[in-house]
Amino acid sequence: MTETTEKKGLSRRSMLKGGAAVAGAALGSGAITGFPTIWAQNIKNITLRQFGTGVSNLNEVGQKVKEDLGFTLEMTALDSDSVTQRAATQPKSFDIADIEYWICKKVWGAGNLQAMDTSKIKNYDKIVGIFKSGKLTPESVIAQGTAPHSVGFVEGPDGKTFAETETGWMTLIPTIYNADTLGIRPDLIGRPIDTWAELLNPEFKGKASILDISSIGIMDMAMVVEAMGEYKYPDKGNMTRDEIDLTMKIFTEAKKNGQFRAFWKSFDESVNLMASGEVVIQSMWSPAITAVKSKGIPCVYQPLKEGYRSWGGGLGLSAALTGLELEAAYEYINWYLSGWVGGFLMRQGYYSAVPETSKEFMDANEWGYWFEGKPATDVIKNPFGDAMAQAGETRDGGSFYDRMGAVACWNAVMDENQYMVRKWNEFIAA
Amino acid sequence: MKTRKALDPDKRSERVSWALVTPLTLVLGFFLLAPIATIVTVSFWGYNEWSFYPDFTFDNYLFHLTSAVTWATYLKTLKFVVLTWVFCAVIGFTVAYFLAFHVQSLPVQIALFLVCTIPFWTSNIIRMISWIPFLGRNGLANSALISLGVTDEPLEWLLYSDFAVVLAFVHLYALFMVVPIFNTMMRIDKSLVEAARDAGATGFQILMNVIIPLTKPGIMIGSIFVVTLVMGDVITVRHMSGGQSASVGRIISNEISLLQYPAAAASSVVLLVTVLLMIGIMMRFVNIRKEL
Repeated sequence: MTETTEKKGLSRRSMLKGGAAVAGAALGSGAITGFPTIWAQNIKNITLRQFGTGVSNLNEVGQKVKEDLGFTLEMTALDSDSVTQRAATQPKSFDIADIEYWICKKVWGAGNLQAMDTSKIKNYDKIVGIFKSGKLTPESVIAQGTAPHSVGFVEGPDGKTFAETETGWMTLIPTIYNADTLGIRPDLIGRPIDTWAELLNPEFKGKASILDISSIGIMDMAMVVEAMGEYKYPDKGNMTRDEIDLTMKIFTEAKKNGQFRAFWKSFDESVNLMASGEVVIQSMWSPAITAVKSKGIPCVYQPLKEGYRSWGGGLGLSAALTGLELEAAYEYINWYLSGWVGGFLMRQGYYSAVPETSKEFMDANEWGYWFEGKPATDVIKNPFGDAMAQAGETRDGGSFYDRMGAVACWNAVMDENQYMVRKWNEFIAA
Repeated sequence: MKTRKALDPDKRSERVSWALVTPLTLVLGFFLLAPIATIVTVSFWGYNEWSFYPDFTFDNYLFHLTSAVTWATYLKTLKFVVLTWVFCAVIGFTVAYFLAFHVQSLPVQIALFLVCTIPFWTSNIIRMISWIPFLGRNGLANSALISLGVTDEPLEWLLYSDFAVVLAFVHLYALFMVVPIFNTMMRIDKSLVEAARDAGATGFQILMNVIIPLTKPGIMIGSIFVVTLVMGDVITVRHMSGGQSASVGRIISNEISLLQYPAAAASSVVLLVTVLLMIGIMMRFVNIRKEL
């Protein structure tokens, strides 16, 4: 790695002198990073503007892009509502959109994104099945909601409608995904928890919480309603008005009975509710569990028998990208799937779309703990140096196949979205 | 030699007046009237999931005003306004009365008044958030009550409740009552109080017939501050109720986050009109201009 950096320095200095030396050095540096491209001397002037939610918009990625590929990646982190708005209305304000699959379903029709030619994606064959056929393993059942493969392909470069199968034209290149479940305080509950129905168990009256983000909260609610045996949804990701009413009725009743201590909207709120003991069971995100644990407070990301609610994101290209910028964007996407970013994300508890390549950027202990669900043989640290687990601990929920194989539904946007949001506001005001 | 025609003094003073009034007019025009005009205009526009477009429709108002959520929320917000106002007025009046009439030396008055402003040296949000660990289930308040034997179980209603919301509001806004009331009290001629006493009035009669009537403008200015601040609140209600209560400000912020700008604009116009009406009614009771 240090060698690469030095050579880069050399090539940058030679640039100033101009002439043949430039081409030679640029070619040299290209060869070392594994992306030999004749236009490497021009690419340094390129800036790609990426925007997305905070999860994967990390400065470390931008720095590494500069180091490995030579061009500049500008990143803007926004909340998911603003991301949706920008992808739909301001095509000239970005080159690369880092969005979730349900956002893709919402904004693809606006025509601001272009499909990607999978023959230009080097690791396409190694991308996990969830994003191609929809099946993790050949036997897997496809989960409800906006499953990534269902909005992952279009018929051609200008396709406006989603294709059922792999067509060679991908809408988003998958980057990051995970399986979400309920977080619990095992020390304050003191008995095993194995079903989503426990969220509304009167035993936890005044000690439960749910997130106040309607599109995700409604899915958690649906998991609970189904687990309670109240109703079996044909598709949790696309409810009818009656189904929305039924779901909200059950939760409004619980709210009026004082089941909930609070609703949370931001990551840190969920951490504080759990760490202070105000709440002992709630919807939670994986890094929030780690944040509670890092305070020395026991907290478990409890696997439940009904399965997980899953989410996934990917990179989409602006329809305005052409020529050298477009080539640079493909280069960036190939680099993204080549392993370093995957390792970086997997060491925080997320999954990479091409796990095999990420393996090279993780040590055996990390790979065993995060991917294979094996007990840690040594302290597990995240890329920022914080301890995530001690030797002997195993990941909640087990291996990649155990967790992603048990996905019950994907984050989704419903046809009745406006109605659902209105009902959600009523629920909050009730 | 050319002589300058002397300007007629009347005309001159007129020009000076224009010059003096122009900057403020421009500032108010650009930063107050123009934005409000924009909001009113957009409130009649139409919108879909990802854009809004010029139109002339009353749908936004119709939906807002006929929704049960709006009415429930206004009712809740008014409840917070009334409770906060009552507590702020009582506390503000008492503190100001103590400072103005009980403390005799001016330096001590000023020193104590400055003490009142100390909480304002940190931000609003920090002052509000710091109540959360204090009132929590395992917080200082509950551990103190339990160790004193007042209660066996932690009191759940201390945090994430209407109580917590009102408490935070009173803490945040009581000073807005203290300052104007203190200001008007300081201008009360002390000889009036002495005259009342000489005429045989009791302490309570002096308070009711001399001090309160003369302090009315201060109370009214403080009330306007408190009412407008509570009506327009977005974050205090959300944080102190644990997201379980709605407020008018939250309705608007929700609509903005869902990209429903025309709907948010309509809700804002309704809120603006409501607040203006409330202030108009309050002004009926006291003519502030005359009293100042």
